[in-house]
Amino acid sequence: MRDSITRLLWPLMALALLLAFNAVASPAFFHWRLAEGRLASPLIDVLNQGAPVMLLALGMTLVIAAGGIDLSVGAVMAMAGAVAAHLLQHDGSVAVAIAAALAVCLAAGLWNGLLITLAGVPPIVATLILMVAGRGIAQLITDGQIITVEPESAFLAIGRGTALGLPAPVLIALVATLALSAAVRFTSLGLFIECIGGNEEASRYAGLDVRSIRLAAYAIMGLLAGLAGLIDTADIAAADANNSGLYLELDAILAVVIGGTALTGGRFSLLGSLIGAILIQSLSTTILMAEFGGRSVPVELNLVIKAAVVLIVCLLQSSELRRRLLLVTRRPGA
Amino acid sequence: MVHALIEMRGIVKTYPDVRALDGVDFTLERGQIHALVGENGAGKSTLIRILTGAERHDRGTIALDGAMIEPRTPAAAQRLGIATVYQEVNLIPDLSVAENILLGREPRSRLGWIRWGAMRERACEVLTDMGLSVDVAQSLRSCSIAVQQMIAVARAVDQQARVLVLDEPTSSLDAGETAQLFALMRRLRDRGLGIIFITHFLEQVYEVSDRVTVLRGGRCAGSYSTGDVSRLALVSAMLGKPVNEAARAGSAETPPSPAPLHRECLRAGGVFRRHAVQPFNLSLCAGEVLGLAGLLGSGRSEIVRLLFGIDQRDGGDLAINGRAIGRHSPRRAIRAGVALTPEDRRSAGLIAHLSVRENMMLALLGARGWACRLPLREQRMIAERFVRSLSIATPDLERPVAQLSGGNQQKVILARWLLMEPTILMLDEPTRGIDIGAKEQIESLIAELRAKGMAIIFISGELEEVVRVSRRVMVLRDRAVVGELTAAAISTAAVMQAIAQPPAEGDHA
Amino acid sequence: MMARFIRHWPLLATAGVLAALYMTAAIAYPGFGSWFQFTRLFADNATLGLAAIGMTFVILSGGIDLSVGAVIALSSMVLAVLMSRLGLPMWCAVPMVLALGFAFGGFMGGIIQVFRLPPFLVTLAGMFLARGAALLLSDTKRIDMNNDAAVRSLSERHIVDFNLAAIAFVAAAVIAAAVLRFTRFGRTVYAIGSDESAARLMGLPVARTRIGLYAISGLCAAAGGIVHLIGMQAGDASAAFLLELDAIAAVVIGGTVLAGGRGSVLGTLFGVLILGIITTIPNFQGDLNTWWIKIVIGLLLLAFVLLQRFAQRWSQR
Repeated sequence: MRDSITRLLWPLMALALLLAFNAVASPAFFHWRLAEGRLASPLIDVLNQGAPVMLLALGMTLVIAAGGIDLSVGAVMAMAGAVAAHLLQHDGSVAVAIAAALAVCLAAGLWNGLLITLAGVPPIVATLILMVAGRGIAQLITDGQIITVEPESAFLAIGRGTALGLPAPVLIALVATLALSAAVRFTSLGLFIECIGGNEEASRYAGLDVRSIRLAAYAIMGLLAGLAGLIDTADIAAADANNSGLYLELDAILAVVIGGTALTGGRFSLLGSLIGAILIQSLSTTILMAEFGGRSVPVELNLVIKAAVVLIVCLLQSSELRRRLLLVTRRPGA
Repeated sequence: MVHALIEMRGIVKTYPDVRALDGVDFTLERGQIHALVGENGAGKSTLIRILTGAERHDRGTIALDGAMIEPRTPAAAQRLGIATVYQEVNLIPDLSVAENILLGREPRSRLGWIRWGAMRERACEVLTDMGLSVDVAQSLRSCSIAVQQMIAVARAVDQQARVLVLDEPTSSLDAGETAQLFALMRRLRDRGLGIIFITHFLEQVYEVSDRVTVLRGGRCAGSYSTGDVSRLALVSAMLGKPVNEAARAGSAETPPSPAPLHRECLRAGGVFRRHAVQPFNLSLCAGEVLGLAGLLGSGRSEIVRLLFGIDQRDGGDLAINGRAIGRHSPRRAIRAGVALTPEDRRSAGLIAHLSVRENMMLALLGARGWACRLPLREQRMIAERFVRSLSIATPDLERPVAQLSGGNQQKVILARWLLMEPTILMLDEPTRGIDIGAKEQIESLIAELRAKGMAIIFISGELEEVVRVSRRVMVLRDRAVVGELTAAAISTAAVMQAIAQPPAEGDHA
Repeated sequence: MMARFIRHWPLLATAGVLAALYMTAAIAYPGFGSWFQFTRLFADNATLGLAAIGMTFVILSGGIDLSVGAVIALSSMVLAVLMSRLGLPMWCAVPMVLALGFAFGGFMGGIIQVFRLPPFLVTLAGMFLARGAALLLSDTKRIDMNNDAAVRSLSERHIVDFNLAAIAFVAAAVIAAAVLRFTRFGRTVYAIGSDESAARLMGLPVARTRIGLYAISGLCAAAGGIVHLIGMQAGDASAAFLLELDAIAAVVIGGTVLAGGRGSVLGTLFGVLILGIITTIPNFQGDLNTWWIKIVIGLLLLAFVLLQRFAQRWSQR
């Protein structure tokens, strides 16, 4: 327990730093008010807009912890939106649309997993295939158009609705986090994933079914990507196969790395990845809102800062850096 | 005065927790094949790493042809003329044979472009000169390991090597390939090269080397002219047991009247795996301890890996608890009631970053499936029980297992399997690198389990241990079973005799 | 003799697919097989081609470079700024941009090598940095250069009907192929990808080579940016979005294994042309939608990857 708190220290500190910066540069960040029965605040907006990335980061944590990676999640999001919008357009019920979309995404996750575990294709290449083809499939379903969802459809509640004073996406992300944490903690799945990512050979010796565990991680990833895609589609009330989830896989990977899970696999932290995702989203919002002497900060700075964040996180995690620093600090004495 | 080719004097190397080399002298002459042998922890690899520049020694001198040298990196050693051919070959698999021989020294035109024709020609020359004929344009990957090794030798020779170190080159070779390699070695020796030949295969020492040096416990335990030393003397030097070992360590310590034999719980008939172990028969009954004795690399671990399903057998039949096993796997083995504590704790045993409790419960949780997790409270109870019964020294259960001492780590792995209540327990070097107290505990534990009816296979590099603990001992040498001893016939002397026996005598059943 | 032929089977497979694809399209669509179309194939895919050539070096060494698209955009913007805002003549600005790309790549390679960081993450950071810098360079994300005489004349230059972009693409391919085959540097690239620790033990200059090959990737991307500017007659900060994926796809289809050690620039060239043909076909078959392209590329990738796996298993049996 103590160990997990220390591991979360870095991302938490970074988040705190960011919030402190906001307190100074743009106090409006922390304003909140109650409007139309829901809590409205830039803070809530961060969670709202960041919900898809949070969901992706949760799934990506499991995949990376199991020793793999998944580049196709953005495309899978697009597929989810396409399937749902298409079915809704053809007078399908909301329940059927959602179920079908999630089923397709689950299948996509299984596809990735099977390609990796059975055919032995390296994860980057295997998921690259779906990353490319997935958007094509999504466009196939939408027939190349952007399908809009009727404004009165109950489906939109997923992206725009409110419950318990919070926006629906935030609630969904919350529920997903709780469900996944429970699944990981109250079954042996979390332990098994850490094992195969940490030391695959020892896991085999201990009798673990490495293939099924890895497959499960990719399947869960697919499901969560589907959820994220549904939220995104409901939010803009349209299925945009080209842009839905574009580049989000990179943000998800970034969130996982910031959260303390190593790209090589093993020990993971769902909470850390969540903090990482919130950090990334806060970054965008902060830059959007920040003002220095009346002039606003260019939005593109977001990218440059992200670059710095990636680099700093990598260096912090690099044992090589620690070794060199030790060498340098030891020399005067030795 | 004619200097020896390599003269190492008083080499000392200390690591934080162990003295790997304690004043070792080693001499290699020109035109000599010099075998270097020793058991685990003897210091062979350390000595060679120092010679080839992978490590720096703390004290002592190295002289090459009379001149003092201090190779600081592998590249520096190579430049001095000391070349190494590793067990894993360490060449570039996707490049061609010709390239591998000349990589980094390719013939180039005046403008710096590589001349492929000239490169292929030169490679052909080198190989023909050594008596080999290989298609130099094919990729290294498409050559067998044996050929790859010879290409590594060719590279070394072409680099004007004067000293050639061969690190266990024959581990993956069959008889024909080994003969080819030896022919090459003799050819090079006759040309004046000095060859250091590291091996675990006793017979090969006698077949090809001119001189043999034995290391034990970081010291030189003997250096002999190969023709002048008997196998028994060599084995006793390696194991540190005097040749005329009395019955003291033998029959007095064999287990008192063996328990009545129960049913047979494991039977292996003609099981083998290419390049791992030759066909063997093994029969194990409940309530008995079967010891596997032999020098390092003789095939003991390979046998238990085959029985546990980590490696697939290439032939033979296997039946566990009466059930025939077709395609094997650790999961099948565990379901059938078999357990294995592997030789290498770190890479094959423990998941370093997980806690003591998690490592302990792993096999049980794995067998129950991911959905049927035991409640934390129950896990803790079980874990605590074993921590107590095995006296595992750990402040708490949630400590990362990497922080425990070697002995306690071993006990955690033992606990993992004991709580599965297996019918067959295989222990591969369970006492390696652990303190005396822990060793004794494990030995008495084995006796307890045997009395309760468990069948145990026990592997240890320490001969007395095997002799003390086992009711039956299978002796291995050079990847084959060469003998079996039972009850009163078991003694360290008898085991050594069985190992040292020249092959012409034939196998015992 | 036959064995030598078969040794290069991945390249032959790619060449076969290219030939089959081209001939099918030429037969099915009149005008596709024309000389004009052929030259356009090279011209339109020059930017992708240059990026893919640089990517070949990186992937051969077992790494990956996610920043090429962003560096293309950055290069085109920097060139535009140098020429239109600072008034530098082309012969002066172009080498500077190339040097920028080279240095950028080398910097990333240095970080990867010295701190042993995963190339995926470091080049991802590079991508963010380059893209951000490109967008920050100018308030208008696009700088028009069509009033620049040098740019205009270059964009109209043709040699034997191939425009400068196409020539740059092919020339770069030839030079890259020569470097990989006939220099020690090139052979070291293969060695690192095949077995890095063995390469080190053999005394090869691994560190230098790694930094160099990422620098080359940056250089190629910068060249791609310059070509892009001349072709579009504008510097464009949003250019080449996700181009790195297409580059990776071209390299994989061309027979280079993502783990490194095997592959060739010729294969990448074929891969780029295959992608080019697939992208062009919808122009001829009006009722084909753009989604078709993505699915076909995905299927091609799948086919080649499975082929590679199958061959690997077969050779290990």
